[in-house]
Amino acid sequence: MDTGMQDISKISKVLIGVVLTILGFLMILPFLWMFLSSFKTSTEISLSQSFWPQHWTIDNYKNLFTNGSFDIYVKNTLIITAASFIGLFLNAMAGYGFAKFDFKGRKFLFMAVLATMMIPGQVTMIPVYLILNQMQLTNTLLGIILPGLVGAFGIFLFRQFMSNIPDSIVEAARLDGAGEWYIFFHLILPISKPVLAVQGILTFIGGWNAFLWPLIIANDQKYYTLSVGLQLLQGQHTSDYGLQMAGSSFMVIPIIIIFIIFQKYILQGFNIQMDK
Amino acid sequence: MQSNFLKKIVPYTFVFPALLLLAIFSLVPIVIALLISFTGLDITGLGDWSQIKFVGLSNYLQLFQDNAFLQSILNTVVYVVVGVPLVIIVSLTIAILINSGRNSFFKMMRLVFYTPSITNTVAVAVVWTYLYNPSLGLFNTLLAKVGIAPIGWLTDPNVAKLSLIILAVWKAVGLNMLIFLAALQGVPRSLYEAAELDGANYWEQTRHITLPSLKFSIFFVTVTTLIAWFQFFDEPFVMTKGGPLNSTNSVALFVYQNGFQNSNFGYAAAGSFVMFVAIIVATIIQFKLQEKQRGE
Repeated sequence: MDTGMQDISKISKVLIGVVLTILGFLMILPFLWMFLSSFKTSTEISLSQSFWPQHWTIDNYKNLFTNGSFDIYVKNTLIITAASFIGLFLNAMAGYGFAKFDFKGRKFLFMAVLATMMIPGQVTMIPVYLILNQMQLTNTLLGIILPGLVGAFGIFLFRQFMSNIPDSIVEAARLDGAGEWYIFFHLILPISKPVLAVQGILTFIGGWNAFLWPLIIANDQKYYTLSVGLQLLQGQHTSDYGLQMAGSSFMVIPIIIIFIIFQKYILQGFNIQMDK
Repeated sequence: MQSNFLKKIVPYTFVFPALLLLAIFSLVPIVIALLISFTGLDITGLGDWSQIKFVGLSNYLQLFQDNAFLQSILNTVVYVVVGVPLVIIVSLTIAILINSGRNSFFKMMRLVFYTPSITNTVAVAVVWTYLYNPSLGLFNTLLAKVGIAPIGWLTDPNVAKLSLIILAVWKAVGLNMLIFLAALQGVPRSLYEAAELDGANYWEQTRHITLPSLKFSIFFVTVTTLIAWFQFFDEPFVMTKGGPLNSTNSVALFVYQNGFQNSNFGYAAAGSFVMFVAIIVATIIQFKLQEKQRGE
């Protein structure tokens, strides 16, 4: 190991460890509090603020589905998440196009793609609503899915990765008579597995967490996603913190589990991003 | 002949679907936003285009006489001025601390600090609203134990802004820490060894080797964090709705309220353009500073 570390004494290392442990505990304290409170009864929440639940109950979770409409929100969120993988595929296609082909307007178009990263959501929010309204897609799942389907950042990362694939491989496949789409599916995508993994996980997390577009486009509760539904739940049951914490846990815990399982890919992804 | 033509359009078939969607949902909207910011477009205009009136600059003039808008600009400036340095200092410090070890403890810490970054903002905001609750929340309970009077985290106009900043910093640290860590791990060890031979202590090494090597990542984090704070929206939207007394309202939330709650689309679009221009100017200033630093 010859990069990245200063030599420090054992004692300072232990000290740093202690400081990090305390800070780290503070970082996850809100999650612990959320998770434990979700198993408390509402009387317990209003009477005592002990850390550990005195009478464990899963009623809060049941209520999410009986009083709240979490079954509908989960369904919508899963549909939106699944659809966002189509977007991932379109990003990969565009990334490949920009990485491995020389065509007229390539530079200009790629700059245009990058420029969209600068545009704040609040500027496009109103026009996009008007456009979807004109297409009669407001208050539909399709209308929620379309605006965020492709993203400049994803295209950029795919392009970065695919530029590093040697041209000779593609050329050799062409000489063998393989069609361009055949090359893309059977050669490029398999090689791009690392970046696909990172992007796939990020796409899943992004879809699961989707908030702004569903909030604006869905007027009807039957198209709400988990985020929008949770926000509604908070407004309706202002002081039922047990229920709110159950709703939050329901959204947060699966993401943390997925993150822990796939953390290797996600953290590697950062090195890919920072290399260029 | 035909195959030649097909060959020429192949690249376009790869990029076309993504470009079409980006054009419809990112580039064209900019033009539309600019156009409607000069109109009085509202809910009636939405149904009947002939009702849309051109009003010139009056939306923009009105904005700068609207106390709610001026207040939201002031709040956003506070968010940016306090939030951006705080995010950079905290995430850089944690990155340097985590970088001092390679064993599984330090690897685990990386996960712990990154976790808030991947979780849903709405869920997290709901949890923090509970933590901040004046009588039932964890924070005031803990304060009471050491004899400190309860704080109106989200109800006191002087404190509410700070409470939202604390939450947003907590959430932003992880991502930026990873960016710094990736950069730290690329600093050649020989630099530190040479400095050590020259008798430089840990603090001097950090100042003269670590920080200069991180110049680019600090710049990157500054620009992205700056843009994010300019668009501060989810936290005030879920936790305070901009209150108490407008003390947490951001420009982004102002745009949303006017656009989607009051259906003043033209007025809201003008507000969003003011924000857009501010972001562009701030970003250009950052790039100029970066160039100047490089030149030195």
